[in-house]
Amino acid sequence: MTLQLSEPLKKTVDSLTEIFSDKVIEVYQSSGDTFIRVEADSIIEIGMYLRDKLHFVYLSDVFGIDRYTSDERFEVVYNLLSLKTKTRIFIKIRCEEENPEVESVTSVWPAAGWNEREVFDMFGIQFRNHPDLRRIFMPEDFQYYPLRKEFPLLGIPGSIELPSTTPDND
Amino acid sequence: MKLTDIQSKVHSTFFNEHQKKLYQSLEDKHTSIEEMDDGDPLTTKMILNMGPQHPATHGVLRLVLQLDGETIEKNKLDIGYLHRGVEKIAENKTYQEFMPYTDRMDYLSPYSNNVALCTAVEKIAGVEVPERAHYIRMIGCELARISSHLLWLGTMVMDAGAISFFIWTFKEREKIYDIMDRIGGHRFTISHARIGGVANDLTDEATSHIKEFVNTFPNELRDYHKLLDRNRIFFDRNEAVGVLKTEDALKIGATGPVLRACGYALDIRKFTPYARYNEVDFDIPTRMEGDNLARYYVRMEEMSESIRIIQQCLEKLPNGPIRADNAKQAYPSKDEVYYSMEGMIHDFMMTDTGICPPEGAESYHAVESPKGELGYYIQSDGTGHPWRLKIKAPSFSNLQVLENVLDGEMVADTVVIIGGLDPVLGEADK
Repeated sequence: MTLQLSEPLKKTVDSLTEIFSDKVIEVYQSSGDTFIRVEADSIIEIGMYLRDKLHFVYLSDVFGIDRYTSDERFEVVYNLLSLKTKTRIFIKIRCEEENPEVESVTSVWPAAGWNEREVFDMFGIQFRNHPDLRRIFMPEDFQYYPLRKEFPLLGIPGSIELPSTTPDND
Repeated sequence: MKLTDIQSKVHSTFFNEHQKKLYQSLEDKHTSIEEMDDGDPLTTKMILNMGPQHPATHGVLRLVLQLDGETIEKNKLDIGYLHRGVEKIAENKTYQEFMPYTDRMDYLSPYSNNVALCTAVEKIAGVEVPERAHYIRMIGCELARISSHLLWLGTMVMDAGAISFFIWTFKEREKIYDIMDRIGGHRFTISHARIGGVANDLTDEATSHIKEFVNTFPNELRDYHKLLDRNRIFFDRNEAVGVLKTEDALKIGATGPVLRACGYALDIRKFTPYARYNEVDFDIPTRMEGDNLARYYVRMEEMSESIRIIQQCLEKLPNGPIRADNAKQAYPSKDEVYYSMEGMIHDFMMTDTGICPPEGAESYHAVESPKGELGYYIQSDGTGHPWRLKIKAPSFSNLQVLENVLDGEMVADTVVIIGGLDPVLGEADK
């Protein structure tokens, strides 16, 4: 499929594929959005380049996707905005099912802090060098990762201790 | 200075592991700063838990503050008390079935949330929306913006000490509720948008009420300005409070009015225009100061811009259908459902299976909700349910800002700053 890119997007994609030719795995479009999948270990390097050279200074969101039965089960997506060229791109990296771990981008975009905590909370993906990696929505006492596909919709009975409803805790 | 061993001083009664990690995280914050001494002879230091049931925290937000006298040394936020797992629910519902859940995300402006979901699904499934529906949606969204900002204004001024103001803004909000009731039959969780258009057309009664509101509301706004713009107490409470520096705003991902109060004119309505925002004329108000007062001005001006947009929409409102006339993509009209067998079957199919975007398709669509960029990322597996639906909630981003701006502020200003950032926990907690 040929890509239909606007001028600034084309420049972004071209310079990325040129400089990081061995790191960029694929570039594709879906419903008008541009996705660039890169090697997981080069996310900091590419992030720095995107931020400093291509004006993608604003990180709008980070989220995870569970691909379930596919190889390299988890995907982490970075939603980036360039205010200067008015473009939005998505950078994707993948990681394995066993001990999923990727590098944290908080050093590049501090905004990723809470978003990465959310990904960790929901999918159990560890972020290396994250300043404060704790669960964000679920309490720490909870041991499952709810947005993984194998987690049942109705939850797991007894998986979470509920606060006592009586004043004396008995 | 560091307050050590918080753990031994607090006694949690539930979620022990969670509390332990939260206090540990507070203890560890800014640990790179040199410890001056560990003595605190006057015992001016304390840990203050605010929330989650504190009325001024706008929902179930919990703040753990470490105070030195009246100054906040450092703070940690604890959210998730309203976590319902809507993203998980979405994976098990058809797109249309999921829409009422979006009403309950940012419950102060349900219409924007409905439109955000519908536009995202329309983008991924390639549904064409009729012209009239776009304009009706824009009217709804802008009314929702005014309604949300009115609640913010009332509560923020109340947080700063003026109680009666809250009643006045609620008088106007009440009118918007009445309009919503006449538009879609619900006052609050309206669910009026549909994939492919809107549920029903504007009645003459609804239109006349909107017109009346648009004519009278600017006078009310003028009165609000009269009351606040030269009010010494209001200024003292808000000026230079909760300052988010311009250079930090983008870095820590502020969005919506909070970002615009720092000087960045980022508004999704102009950035990537959706609906027919490119055909109406409006400005993006910005301020440079980044404090609470700047946020006040930005939101006040946004309300007048919204009135301008509604006026233009009412003028331009074209005639025509209000929903896509394609039974594979949108609900057929009730006339068809009641009087034809095909209509009945299609209605059933839409409810049972719903719209099926192509397999493997993924898309992201954002709208400018009153709180900021509200985006829906959808990945489809070809069935009527999304494989993954991610909501980029603006309140979540702005709460992260709160954690960064609170350090060094006075404890009495906390509620004013929360009021100024205007987070909604239903949205932040998903």
